[in-house]
Amino acid sequence: MSNPSNIKQVAPPDGFSGEGFFATKLSEVVGLARANSMWPLPFATSCCGIEYMATMAATYDIGRFGSERMSFSPRQADMLLVMGTIAKKMAPILRQVYEQMAEPKWVIAVGACASTGGVFDTYSVLQGIDKVIPVDVYVPGCPPRPEQILDGIIELQNIVKSESVRRRSSDEYKDLLNSYNIK
Amino acid sequence: MSLTNEIIQQTLSQQFTPKVENFHILHDMLAFEVKKEASFELIKFLKEDPSMNFNFLTDVCGVHYPDYEEDRQFCVVYHLHNWFDNIRVRVKVFLPANNPEAESIVPLYPAANWQERETYDFYGIVFKNHPQLKRILNMDEMESFPLRKEFPLEDQGRTDKDDRFFGRTGPNC
Amino acid sequence: MSDLLLVPEKRFEKQILETKEKDGVELSILNLGPTHPATHGIFQNILLMDGEKIIDGEGTVGYIHRAFEKIAENRPFYQINVLTDRLNYCSSPINNTGWWMTVEKMLGIEIPKRVQYMRVIIMELARIADHIICSSVMGVDTGALTGFLYVMQYREKIYEIYEEICGARLTTNMGRIGGFERDWSEAAWRKIDEFLAEFPAVWTEFENMLSRNRIFMDRTIGAGAIDADMAVSYGFTGPNLRAAGVDYDIRVASPYCSYEDFEFDIPVGQNGDCYDRFCVRNAEIWESMKIIRQALDKMPAEGGFHADVPDYYLPPKEDVYNNMEALIYHFKIVMGEIPVPNTEVYHSVEGGNGELGFYLITNGSRVPYRLHFRRPCFIYYQAYNEIVKGRSLSDAIITLSSMNVIAGELDC
Repeated sequence: MSNPSNIKQVAPPDGFSGEGFFATKLSEVVGLARANSMWPLPFATSCCGIEYMATMAATYDIGRFGSERMSFSPRQADMLLVMGTIAKKMAPILRQVYEQMAEPKWVIAVGACASTGGVFDTYSVLQGIDKVIPVDVYVPGCPPRPEQILDGIIELQNIVKSESVRRRSSDEYKDLLNSYNIK
Repeated sequence: MSLTNEIIQQTLSQQFTPKVENFHILHDMLAFEVKKEASFELIKFLKEDPSMNFNFLTDVCGVHYPDYEEDRQFCVVYHLHNWFDNIRVRVKVFLPANNPEAESIVPLYPAANWQERETYDFYGIVFKNHPQLKRILNMDEMESFPLRKEFPLEDQGRTDKDDRFFGRTGPNC
Repeated sequence: MSDLLLVPEKRFEKQILETKEKDGVELSILNLGPTHPATHGIFQNILLMDGEKIIDGEGTVGYIHRAFEKIAENRPFYQINVLTDRLNYCSSPINNTGWWMTVEKMLGIEIPKRVQYMRVIIMELARIADHIICSSVMGVDTGALTGFLYVMQYREKIYEIYEEICGARLTTNMGRIGGFERDWSEAAWRKIDEFLAEFPAVWTEFENMLSRNRIFMDRTIGAGAIDADMAVSYGFTGPNLRAAGVDYDIRVASPYCSYEDFEFDIPVGQNGDCYDRFCVRNAEIWESMKIIRQALDKMPAEGGFHADVPDYYLPPKEDVYNNMEALIYHFKIVMGEIPVPNTEVYHSVEGGNGELGFYLITNGSRVPYRLHFRRPCFIYYQAYNEIVKGRSLSDAIITLSSMNVIAGELDC
């Protein structure tokens, strides 16, 4: 049994509390809720997908970070985990899956192949998924250890916690999507 | 008496000369060349003749030899395997550069279907009488044949790679 | 132009119009993949369905075509090992060892017995790892997630053994021309012993959960059956062929790497359906454990961890800094001035999925002239659409997972 006094508790966000209420910023609450329940869409193409299976399994358990349910349907997923090499034949499909996801959505490029094309500098491999979709976190490695993948997810959780609720309608975000021709 | 390389060589020379030639043994495997007109018959003989009995097609692949003569630039290599006597044999069919066409062996070995499509995809070697000869691994819209020696490995359309950092100059790209 | 050359959707659309006019039956097209939880990898199947029943289908592959064969024409032999890892990435050491054996056959190098036994141990561990994934994922596809979570822990134990030997978990890049890059540490031998001690109980528990389970048996018996003649003509090898009743295993038919010194059985199925494939893979895990036990017991004490081939095997760094000869060898190996004959060689090993072959043509330079991988998945996946014709969609899914199609090996 673990000693209760050793458990480190996460501090609540800055706010004003009183009897029966706690007032804080909406973005903090929304960020906290989003960050701790990111449902991934595992877009596993190759070897990194097997390391993701190891991350999903009992030893490294991604479920304790909120990613309990792997959603294979884009509509019900929050983050797109692209794991493995994306060939040019596959790029339109990746793009279609990204466009089908509902906002808010984030993308993690897991592995060297998804980040930059990896070892495969050839005519048939897309040199990085950021050529077709915007990426939030890059996790390098070939394949990255499960601890690295978890580190990437924690990094994304930090981004999500501190994201403004108005980000998706801001001009900057619209320009980003326009640069990829995503409507 | 079980099958040996010498027996195969003798039987094939008897049956098919002058269409087979250049028998050589490399690392214990008998290899020989056959003219493209006779390739289907020869492989059919190897499969169906009771003394040969090559029941398994291991592999079909293509090779490009741009330095050879005009009529020997492409080669289709078949690896056949006789499971009963545990003998393998390599059959090479050389094809001309301007119109590489070979006879498909899908009627004999259905396993050759995708492998011949892959050879077509990579080299542009057309297999006559193939049920479904279209590209398999590359995109359908691709026009060139990537595994030919003149086709470059890397995507030539990249603008983000600075060749100076890779020690690349014009000639050694 | 024949109909078969059209994109599958167009061909099926024509068929749908025809059947509608003829019988009034309305067929539909289902796109299975390329991203789908049931396809363990990226490959697509376009199916023509009559309700739940599959009338016809066509597989389209190439969504992860990384042009290994083209890359291999530009890389020296020791850099190609990195590519072979990524063929069947669930059992990379088998691919690595197969490649080294091809190169050693080409160069005519003799490997000491001890190194061969070490290679056998690592190949059998890789085979166990591959079959663990395939069998447990078959469980997941029928709804039994617990088995997967339970046995993946033992795959982690195998990863720890790989880490002790070569430093990497999954894509191991293991070995060099002539043997291994370093001797196996004390911890590696201990971990292998511990694995062999603990795993049998775990695997028995996994088998007890599924092998005589009513639901699992009803799902898998009869699904995806293939008979022996059809399997041989479609080029099947490996567990898929053995499940159909043909006892062909390269380790026994043309033994390599001292497999003739070990006694093991070849498990064979009867009907070639999903249940038989599941049982054959489970039984092969027991046989692999037997082989590892025999190799550990018979391991020769002398022999080192690599063959004595200074022309091809990098000398240790202390020698390179102190000894002129070692320095010259190091320079020659790295710059590619190694003696390579002008020859062609074909060598195959029994991979996790069947006969993994390497056809290597060299022309004296440090890179191959042509390297072709004979990939078992690519060859037997052709038969998939024939196997599932007339079956229901759920049978098609479980057949796909029982055939263990790994996308890296499919597209190369």
